[in-house]
Amino acid sequence: MAVSLGPNASSAGRRRADLVFQAVALVVLAVALGALAVLVATVWRDGAHRLTWQFLTSFPSRRAESAGIYHAIVGSLYVIALTAAMALPVGVAAATYLEEYGGRSRLARFIELNIANLAAVPSIIYGLLGLGLFVRTMAMGRSVLAGAATLALLALPVVILSTREALRTVPSSIREGSYALGATKWQTIWYQVLPMAVPGILTGLILALSRAIGETAPLITIGALTYIPFAPDSVWSAFTVLPIQIFNWVSRPQAAFKDNAAAGILVLLALLLTMNAIAIVLRDRYQRKGRP
Amino acid sequence: MTTDVRPLPPTLSTIVRAGTQATETAPVKIDVRDLNFYYGQKRALDGISMAIHANRVTAFIGPSGCGKSTFLRTLNRMNDIIPGARVEGSVRIDGHDAYGSGVDVVSLRRQVGMVFQKSNPFPKSIFENVAYGLRINNLTRSKAELAERVEESLRAAAIWDEVKDRLHESALALSGGQQQRLCIARALAIRPDILLMDEPASALDPIATQRIEELVYDLKKAYTIVIVTHNMQQAARVSDYTAFFWLGRLVEYGRTDRIFTAPAEKLTEDYVTGRCG
Repeated sequence: MAVSLGPNASSAGRRRADLVFQAVALVVLAVALGALAVLVATVWRDGAHRLTWQFLTSFPSRRAESAGIYHAIVGSLYVIALTAAMALPVGVAAATYLEEYGGRSRLARFIELNIANLAAVPSIIYGLLGLGLFVRTMAMGRSVLAGAATLALLALPVVILSTREALRTVPSSIREGSYALGATKWQTIWYQVLPMAVPGILTGLILALSRAIGETAPLITIGALTYIPFAPDSVWSAFTVLPIQIFNWVSRPQAAFKDNAAAGILVLLALLLTMNAIAIVLRDRYQRKGRP
Repeated sequence: MTTDVRPLPPTLSTIVRAGTQATETAPVKIDVRDLNFYYGQKRALDGISMAIHANRVTAFIGPSGCGKSTFLRTLNRMNDIIPGARVEGSVRIDGHDAYGSGVDVVSLRRQVGMVFQKSNPFPKSIFENVAYGLRINNLTRSKAELAERVEESLRAAAIWDEVKDRLHESALALSGGQQQRLCIARALAIRPDILLMDEPASALDPIATQRIEELVYDLKKAYTIVIVTHNMQQAARVSDYTAFFWLGRLVEYGRTDRIFTAPAEKLTEDYVTGRCG
């Protein structure tokens, strides 16, 4: 039979299906991005005029035009840095145990099941836990430390799951190469496996922190204040964070405060984007390391 | 021709010893007796017994899945990390039972080095790849000594001249053949007694393969080498002894020239002449 390169009935049908699928995917993408664009545009329209140096460096005030968000920015950064400092080592250690040591033991499977469940628990439950455990029992009070510990609990499942995923992608040839040189299991994990998993771990951490930085409910539950006229200066300080400040302003009747809320949202968005950008830069740097 | 041809009983599971003791002066380095290996329920090795001589190159040949790589990996207990793997029988290295109760696997692997089929340099610099084994085993006392050992190893693996000006560049930028020689250098750095090579040249072009083979030839002065290969010509070129595996059993083992010119088993003859497998 001779080769024929022209279209035929069957190929035309499949090409059509191809095009239809492409179109559907494009429409779905447009809807998602469109919704986001409308949201950002509305917030920008309301809040852009409030984005001044004064707004960024002032404390809250009864008068909307002189109110600022400095205390909440510092509070958010403080809390999120502490959250990362707590969630990263604990999460990575837990994931390493489950992935490398736990094997298929009953205990490991039990923990695994619980972690998967924890990831789906509403954040306010974490707030109640934080209130009972950190604020009351451990007597941390309504401090930055208690807030960060609560958010760290919230972030842990995601950090653990993504770290396990990252550990799983390290090729077995690398582990074998290390073992064959007389490395112990721990040396292999510490010097070869974990460094190779860093990009994946960082991605998971940033995802988890991005969720944590936008959380309001658990922090209100543990008693983060909606009005404080100062920025936290130690882990024992009372504090507020951006979402709480935004929530506070939105609930005021005056339109001017609503504009403040919009500006606050823009600040929070900028903070999120910055965090994600840092994560991408870090990840790329680690991915390049050791590669030509 | 040596007089090592010893008629084999008809069953394949018969213990096949190196039938060469008459002319072999080198001591036995690895003595394997009645070795069975299981992946879960599946038996991958069936009653392997053989003596591997010091400072000789012993080649394992056989079709894919015949157990030769599995057997190689029982010699430095790399199979330990596979869940469900189980070993019966004994492996004695210099008279010590490798599967004995007091054996430190880490120390065993330090003395029985391994080079893998697919080169697996760590995603670090060339220098760090070789230095890794020295560092984790605390084998050097100073930075100068470390650098010295790294250079010595790279020279021994015949790759020093190609990498000496870029020791701190990524090992992943090297060509496939260079990566494999780097892995050999890495294995040599910790000064093992025995070097296991699992098809070290199967992914390389003919020129790189030739360099590896020359290297194997040079290294046998200092090391006992066991090499798994798919390539019959390679086994004939580099090895002193050849063991032919088939379906998890050791069919025949003897001097390489005899295995290739006057095999005792019909199966071996069919395989080395390309009629089966």
